[in-house]
Amino acid sequence: MPLIDSQGRVVADHWTWALTETECPAVSAIVPLERLPGLLECEPDGRRLGVFLPAGTQPEAVVPYLDRIDVIAVEFPKFRDGRGFSLARSLREHHHFHGEIRAVGHVLPDQYAALVGVGFTTVQVPEGQAVERWADSLSVPGGHGKKRVSQLFGRLVGHPAEEGFD
Amino acid sequence: MSLSVVSANRLRDGVAVWLGPGGKWVERVEGASLFDAQGLADAHESAAKAQDDQFVVEVTETPAHAELGLPMPETVRERIRTRGPSVRTDLGKQNRAEPPRPVANGHATPAPSPHAGIYFYDELDRQFLRDRAETFRAQVARRLSGELSEDEFRPFRLMNGLYLQLHGYMLRVAIPYGALSAQQMRQLAYVARVYDKGYGHFTTRQNIQFNWPQLVDVPDILKTLAEVDIHAIQTSGNCVRNVTTDQFAGAAADEVVDPRVFAEILRQWSTDHPEFTFLPRKFKIAISGAPVDRAAVRLHDIGVLAHRDETGEIGFEIYAGGGLGRIPIVATKLRDCLRVPDFLRYIEAILRVYNALGRRDNIHKARIKILVREMKPEHFIGMVEEEFAAMDPERYRLDQAVIDAIAARFASPPFAVLPQSFEVMECDRRADPGFARWVRTNTNPHKQPGYISAVISLKPIGGIPGDASADQMDAVADLADRYSFGDIRVTHEQNLVLPHVRQDELHELWSALGPLGLATPNVNLISDIIACPGLDYCGLATARSIPVAQRLSERFADLDRQHHIGEVHLNISGCINACGHHHIGHIGILGVDKNDEEYYQITLGGAGDDKASIGTIIGPAFSSADVVDAVETILDTYLEYRQDGERFIDTYRRIGIAPFKETVFATHR
Repeated sequence: MPLIDSQGRVVADHWTWALTETECPAVSAIVPLERLPGLLECEPDGRRLGVFLPAGTQPEAVVPYLDRIDVIAVEFPKFRDGRGFSLARSLREHHHFHGEIRAVGHVLPDQYAALVGVGFTTVQVPEGQAVERWADSLSVPGGHGKKRVSQLFGRLVGHPAEEGFD
Repeated sequence: MSLSVVSANRLRDGVAVWLGPGGKWVERVEGASLFDAQGLADAHESAAKAQDDQFVVEVTETPAHAELGLPMPETVRERIRTRGPSVRTDLGKQNRAEPPRPVANGHATPAPSPHAGIYFYDELDRQFLRDRAETFRAQVARRLSGELSEDEFRPFRLMNGLYLQLHGYMLRVAIPYGALSAQQMRQLAYVARVYDKGYGHFTTRQNIQFNWPQLVDVPDILKTLAEVDIHAIQTSGNCVRNVTTDQFAGAAADEVVDPRVFAEILRQWSTDHPEFTFLPRKFKIAISGAPVDRAAVRLHDIGVLAHRDETGEIGFEIYAGGGLGRIPIVATKLRDCLRVPDFLRYIEAILRVYNALGRRDNIHKARIKILVREMKPEHFIGMVEEEFAAMDPERYRLDQAVIDAIAARFASPPFAVLPQSFEVMECDRRADPGFARWVRTNTNPHKQPGYISAVISLKPIGGIPGDASADQMDAVADLADRYSFGDIRVTHEQNLVLPHVRQDELHELWSALGPLGLATPNVNLISDIIACPGLDYCGLATARSIPVAQRLSERFADLDRQHHIGEVHLNISGCINACGHHHIGHIGILGVDKNDEEYYQITLGGAGDDKASIGTIIGPAFSSADVVDAVETILDTYLEYRQDGERFIDTYRRIGIAPFKETVFATHR
């Protein structure tokens, strides 16, 4: 399953998933939230940690560890379940997390702009989806790569995604 | 031996089809196969394949029997599907001689209406809508090719207002805060003629619905609408829906804040909102700027009452967690006086709490009203306030410059300087009792001297509430140009308004409305019935609404009698989802299904105004044959108890439900 950045480009995934192992992973790994406190204590040299947050996780649960992790993978069990959007936004706006926020699970290319808009920086493209669709979705269909325009309000207040989060 | 038929909608055009011999789908139930238990297994296999091939959707199995050798489904719903709407026997399968649709060619966009009460788009706003239409075109293509499953496609078609109903697709087009220009009305008439069956249905949420579009045509329809700055964005789906308001906005004499500017800000803010497009459930916001709440704000997910303090500064009273549907609840007040710069920050805080915590495990408990109730209102308010306090005020600040820029897009009608009132209108009233009667019910005072707002009733006696033909739409557009600066409003009571009519031209307008069937003097009277489409069209309905509305309207056809009874709001819904707002009707009627027979439950004492209340069920449901008599008995009882000047609802509030219960069940046991 390819990983893409916020512009639709395929990027290398340096992370392994360690959701079930009980041992201390030797390489940089994305681990379950409940194992995070323990694993932060046993850091082999140069190894970094990321955390997997199932849908419905409240941001407060991960806040104590934010400055010690590099990746937060937010789960979308079903593309219709929009809780991940608010979770990402809270992590960026209220808790000033600057690392990678990755969308994993059932997401659709049609949701790409929204994902980026709330602060996701990468998307793990689900099995069976064409990667190009994601890049395509950022421009107008049949518009020869033309960027989407905004209504007046959007132009007046600017876009959160363009403004950046800090 | 039990038998069944298998029905579905054809994906590309939505037409109802049945599974016939050899796995073929046929358009008429006469050609359908009757499957026994053994045959049904093969039928389902065949239907599953047709779904995988992107040929049909929404496969339904229904018990059926042979009647005169032909298959006949046993449910009311499926029987209506074999024929078409029972209230329009000229449409659908029941009319074999239905004329073909005209071909769309070379339609010129109607001339603009520069003084109408709408938000005026610039070229980028318009391009945004065109792009949306093209995006949907691409999504439709992906659906037809099978790249998107129906499950994946559904939210996107809903976000573009497209439902799949009993007889086919239904397209719901937004009329933002009910404001429509003559130009836009003409374009709606064009869409009705070319892509539909020559009419549209105005709804209780200030939308218009077309009942017969084909999926493959919808991108073209959206493109056509985009040329006149209207769209179907977020008229369905689990997102922020069309923001509704007072139909007399910008005209009413009692208005303190024109709600349209804030409604338009909410519309643009919520369109494609990155965070709030996949909420637990739909989300409806209403805003009103007059002391008399004409937008039922306490019955919305968020309700806003705009007012001014002594210094003239605007403040918002904020409500949340109201709604009708299965569990009707009057909203909780969150703030007495929210200041303008904090408006969007507060709304976002409410939505964020809801998006994070609203239930997603049970569709019937997913609305914000259930969250507020389950959390207890104090706790919910606490969470919203906590979120609000954590949000950066500057980032979310609604600047005066933004408000001014949006407000600048609204035209001010070039009102003439006129006397406060016209002797000529008074003379007309004295000379013409028919006109006088219409003025009494169908007008509303205007803030501008010499002007008045005129309500065009879409409730002719025996008609279909809210329906307007393409010809009527064009005619109303002409009258709006002639008498009301090209400005038209759509009310949540399913009527139209010409907001700015000169009093000395009112008689002329009234005379023109008569021949069009648009001068029924019944606004707020017993025949001004709110009704959802019900089982004649809707896939969710459990009973028909329109035929009951028609029979009631005919029973009370005598205008003298209607005027004698006075103000009564009678609302009918065809199912518990309450699109007909039955809970807030002074008299509410809810259609239910009892063993495949339509029954109607009556509630009394509902209200959507500043004394918002949910109606009380009077007792067991009435058969379709009895329900009209029961309403008549209720009104007779009211007349018997009425004291000077009391409206129905006043009498009800004074004497309670008992006297009504007694007379109704004494007569209709």
